[in-house]
This record gives sequence, C-alpha cells and structure tokens, in this order.
Amino acid sequence: MVKTAVGEENFIDMQPNRSNNYCCGGGGGFLQSGFKAQRLEFGRLKDEQIRATGAQYCIAGCHNCHAQIHELSEHYGGGYHVIHLWTLLCLALGILGPNERAYLGDDLREVAVFHPESAK
Amino acid sequence: MEETVIRLGGKRRTTFMEKVREILPEGGHLNLCLTCGACSSGCPATGLEGLDPRKFLRMAALGLDEEILATDWVWMCTQCQRCIYVCPMKIDIPRLVYNVRAAWPREKRPKGIRGSCDMALRNDSCSAMGASPEDFRFVVEDVLAEYREAQPEFAAMEAPIDKAGAEFFLNQNSREPVTEPDEMVPLWKLLHLAGADWTYGSKGWGGENYCMFLGDDAAWKHITATAARQAEELGCKVFLNTE
Repeated sequence: MVKTAVGEENFIDMQPNRSNNYCCGGGGGFLQSGFKAQRLEFGRLKDEQIRATGAQYCIAGCHNCHAQIHELSEHYGGGYHVIHLWTLLCLALGILGPNERAYLGDDLREVAVFHPESAK
Repeated sequence: MEETVIRLGGKRRTTFMEKVREILPEGGHLNLCLTCGACSSGCPATGLEGLDPRKFLRMAALGLDEEILATDWVWMCTQCQRCIYVCPMKIDIPRLVYNVRAAWPREKRPKGIRGSCDMALRNDSCSAMGASPEDFRFVVEDVLAEYREAQPEFAAMEAPIDKAGAEFFLNQNSREPVTEPDEMVPLWKLLHLAGADWTYGSKGWGGENYCMFLGDDAAWKHITATAARQAEELGCKVFLNTE
C-alpha cells in the first residue's frame, strides 16, 4: 500500500524488518512511565535503523510509536519526519487539506494541497 | 556490566514462575530456557539499569521474586514480544513481565500510567485523557461540519457515533479529538471514499488502554468489555482497532 502511494523507488524498508524488527520503545506504557532517559536509550536502536535508511519520512502504525519516534528524531538529531499512514494515503490521493499536515516537513507541506483556501 | 552480585539463598521461594505457568497454554514454556541469550542480544532494553531478559527469566526461575521486585525493570520492557520471536523454545517472557507489574502495589506503579488508567475509568468513553462522551460527540460533529463545508467534495462524508447496524466499529485514540482534531479527518476521508459503513461508539471509543500497561486486570477488562459491548449492542460485525 505504501509502495503504491510513494512509488517502489521511494520505499526503503528498515533492517531488520517485519517480525524481526525492533520496538521503538514508546509502547507498553513506557511513554507515561516517567523513565525518560531509559526510554530514549531503548529507542537508540530504532533511531539508528531509521537513519540507516536515509529516508526523510518514517511511517508509524500507532500513536505511541508516532510520539516516540518523533522524539527520537529530535533527541538524536536525525531530523526525519514521522507520519501516520492515513496522511500519506490522502496526500497521494490529492485530498489532503492544508490543516491536515501538522507532521509533514517543509518539502511536502505545499505539495498538492486540497482546498488551500481553507487554511486556518 | 552489573557490579552487584546476586546471591542465591538456600530455599526456593518462587511464585512468579508458578503463577505464569498456571495461566499459559503449555505452561508458557517458561521452564524450557536453554540460556542461549538470543532474547537478550536482540532486546533494545538490554543494558538498561542492569536489565536483560535472560537474567530476568533466570532470576524468576531461581525464585528471586523479591530481587526482581526491587528493580524497575518491568517498566522498561515494552512487551514487544521480539524475545518470544527469536527464542528457540518460544518462552513468553513478556507475560512474566506483565505478572510482575501486577504484583507491584498499585499505588507504587508509575504515576503516569496509573493516572491514564484512572482517567479511563472516570466515564464510559474509556479515554485515557478523560474526555466525556458528550465532549467527543461535540468535537466530532463540529469538525465534520467544518470539513463538509470547506471541502465540498466531502459534503456527504459521515462520522457517525452509535450508528446501529454499521459494518465496522471504529475506536479512536484520544489524542486527536482532545489535542489535534484535524488529524481525525484523513481517516474519515479514506473510509468515505472506500464506501465503508462505519461508526464510533459513544461508549468505549477511547482506543488506548493504559490499564493493560498498568497490569490492572480488572480495569483492563472493564475497558475492553465496555468497547466490545457497545460494538455488539450496535450490531457491528467488525471491530476496527486503530491503536
């Protein structure tokens, strides 16, 4: 589905992938547990994996991952963006409005904006 | 490396292992550990305050429950289950972690997780942010009306709450309606274009379940059952978990 949206050549899977992939460290309550330093250290592996792909965008499947990976990008300075799958699909379909782009970077914020006049 | 030496007493006094063995199919394979260390080498939590999954399991096997409870380890494991995936014996360490969490006095468990669980118990929304069913309805209807007008191609888009007989029952992470409502819209659009017959529930719409992370069985069950009951009462066929 992602490949269809962005094109085969723009999809880079991280390694290891699928069931052998590493957890980002946001789940299981870790984000709310108060152990911030440990949580960021846990996520170092995920950050390195993402950076090794060289991709500008990471797609997260859930909110915990979204929040954690977003923080990893800022904390370790990777600078990659994190988006939900639905944002990507609507962007690809040309139906993503100006107010639905909170997590897009500057490179995509102005691309194919649906009803730009409705910007808040 | 950990400098403290863990001393073994003369008497076996395990409870964690036995408790978990009772509730898991085939005993959760907890006594089959080959001590190979595949779990530890692939675990992102290895090294956090002396934690590693093999050590954790061995300590439980040796009955060192008190020593385990004296650490914060179980709150640094996300229960991602990769250790089971790589284990040649498929040992369920995350389930052991869950049980150790549940063995902590409730008031001593991390305040943030406990607070989110308690919020979810406040009303029928089961939202970790404490949003009421009325607040949720207001936000959804308000955002929907705004988008129908601003983007006329979606004038017929719906975001129903408690629509009886809908095919899909959808839950929703509280973060969107409470802090960034526009983020709900892309998924509504996709469902609309796909022609999906779906609904939220006024009860049990909160998709997150911190009571599970807290290791609070009764509260976890309450939240899950509230959502499941609502989906059932509405006659929905499929529960779509967006979390």
